[in-house]
Amino acid sequence: MIGRGKPLLQGHILSTLEIKNLSVNYAGSNGQNTLALSNVNLIMNTGDFVVALGASGCGKTTLLSCIAGFMQPSEGTITLDGKPVHGPGAERGVVFQKHALMPWLSVVENVEFGLKMRGVSKAERHSIALDKLKLVELEKYAHYPIYQISGGMQQRAGVARALASDPAVMLMDEPLGALDALTRAHIQDLIVELWWQTKKMFFFITHSVEEALFLATDLIVMTPSPGRIEHRFKLDFSHQFIECKDSRKVKASPEFISMREKVLSLIHDGQAEGEA
Amino acid sequence: MANKSEVKTVKGYSIPGEGSSVLISAITVVALFVLWWAATHLGWIKDLFLPTPERIYNAFISAMKGDIQGGKALPEHLTWSLIRVFSAFFLAVLTAVPVGILMGVSRTMRGIFDPPIEFYRPLPPLAYLPLIVIWFGIDETAKIILIYLACFAPLAMAARAGVKSVTIEQINAAYSMGASKAQVVWHVIVPAALPEILTGMRIAIGFGWTTLVAAEMVAATEGLGQMVLNASNFLRTDIVIMGIIVIGVVAYLFDLLMRKVESMLVPWKGRA
Repeated sequence: MIGRGKPLLQGHILSTLEIKNLSVNYAGSNGQNTLALSNVNLIMNTGDFVVALGASGCGKTTLLSCIAGFMQPSEGTITLDGKPVHGPGAERGVVFQKHALMPWLSVVENVEFGLKMRGVSKAERHSIALDKLKLVELEKYAHYPIYQISGGMQQRAGVARALASDPAVMLMDEPLGALDALTRAHIQDLIVELWWQTKKMFFFITHSVEEALFLATDLIVMTPSPGRIEHRFKLDFSHQFIECKDSRKVKASPEFISMREKVLSLIHDGQAEGEA
Repeated sequence: MANKSEVKTVKGYSIPGEGSSVLISAITVVALFVLWWAATHLGWIKDLFLPTPERIYNAFISAMKGDIQGGKALPEHLTWSLIRVFSAFFLAVLTAVPVGILMGVSRTMRGIFDPPIEFYRPLPPLAYLPLIVIWFGIDETAKIILIYLACFAPLAMAARAGVKSVTIEQINAAYSMGASKAQVVWHVIVPAALPEILTGMRIAIGFGWTTLVAAEMVAATEGLGQMVLNASNFLRTDIVIMGIIVIGVVAYLFDLLMRKVESMLVPWKGRA
């Protein structure tokens, strides 16, 4: 294994995100507390694409919020390269489901935002931003206002914005949840390509089984009340896509379909258990 | 196959009250004018109560030359009124918007500013004008303070409410891109609040204008309000009506100006 902080061949830094015994207990207004996460343990490395899959209420968004630093856990620790996570930071980029872009800025100004806040010079941040927009195939729309581009383009702009800070971890909170099926499939392909090119660590939330299987190298299936990681799988459908560049073929393969049925039944059983 | 132009066009979905009402409004204005003309020329109303449109026009011409009681020309009255309302309005924007934003983002600031603003906000400015006169005299300071107070409350309220237009995702996104708390306020919350601040400015300038004319009627030697009041003392109904029309037209121009500013500064309003 390669040591922490040591550069990889392409000049990337190998990072490790470690989540230990993480629990989150929400204080309810009626005195009834909700255990949103119970004793979650997870280790992610650079190059891992971890997908958290589960029905609503399983704590996957809470888990992402803790990693992003938007909330503090009740118990347990999160460390990135040995340093504990306290509050949000530019080394952990976040892509939201919606309402996160700034409509008073153009597409490229949105992507530049974080760099501007950290005092990067105008010329430098502009060239970085255009570079990231190229990665998400949005360079033609760089100077469009946010409200004039489609929902799919807005999500791609959100991805470019998170990439602009060159974070160690990309945190994606159901980024494709509000898109139509065709746009969604297209951006899934794009995200796999991005992951492959940037070799970053991705943590991606979804409730779509197909999406989870297609993207993940490491799939965690979460179940509610209390939210916890119930199953873990190592997958390589994204590698298959990188080789053949045909996502429909990957998703139509017998292994993919049998895996999908397996995960669906796991989630279904988990839910029946929870409701019983 | 049928020619495209032969196919009947149909309307899409519509909501009640949709479509332009400009033509109907134009007809209303013309009809009121004709009624006015008929009422004065056919002798339905005495000249003292409602002069003919021509006499109003003549009053306007002589007022432009300064040929009215007091001897000051209409542009001079108008200039004084505009100086008062705009100086007070700009002072109010410079102070009320930061106060409103601070009230939106800080519990302490909200606690401090909420009681005084909520107390004086519903008071009619003319109710505290006597107190302002006792404190500051009857010169310009008193008028500007009165208009300032009239503009301050709606501006502060609008800025405070505007803070709520920011989404938690926008704030979290800014933090996770390395922004500091001050940067979040300045680069995320203030722009997000801008549409509401501009609406507040539209309301405030309207308040300022109504308060100004009232203040000038109480104590002034020049200004549109004073011109109208002075004319009424001499039973010059033509000048009174002319003055009212000028006041109304200026107020309408303010609103057009603010709408223009709005479409320039916040083109995203209602679209994101």
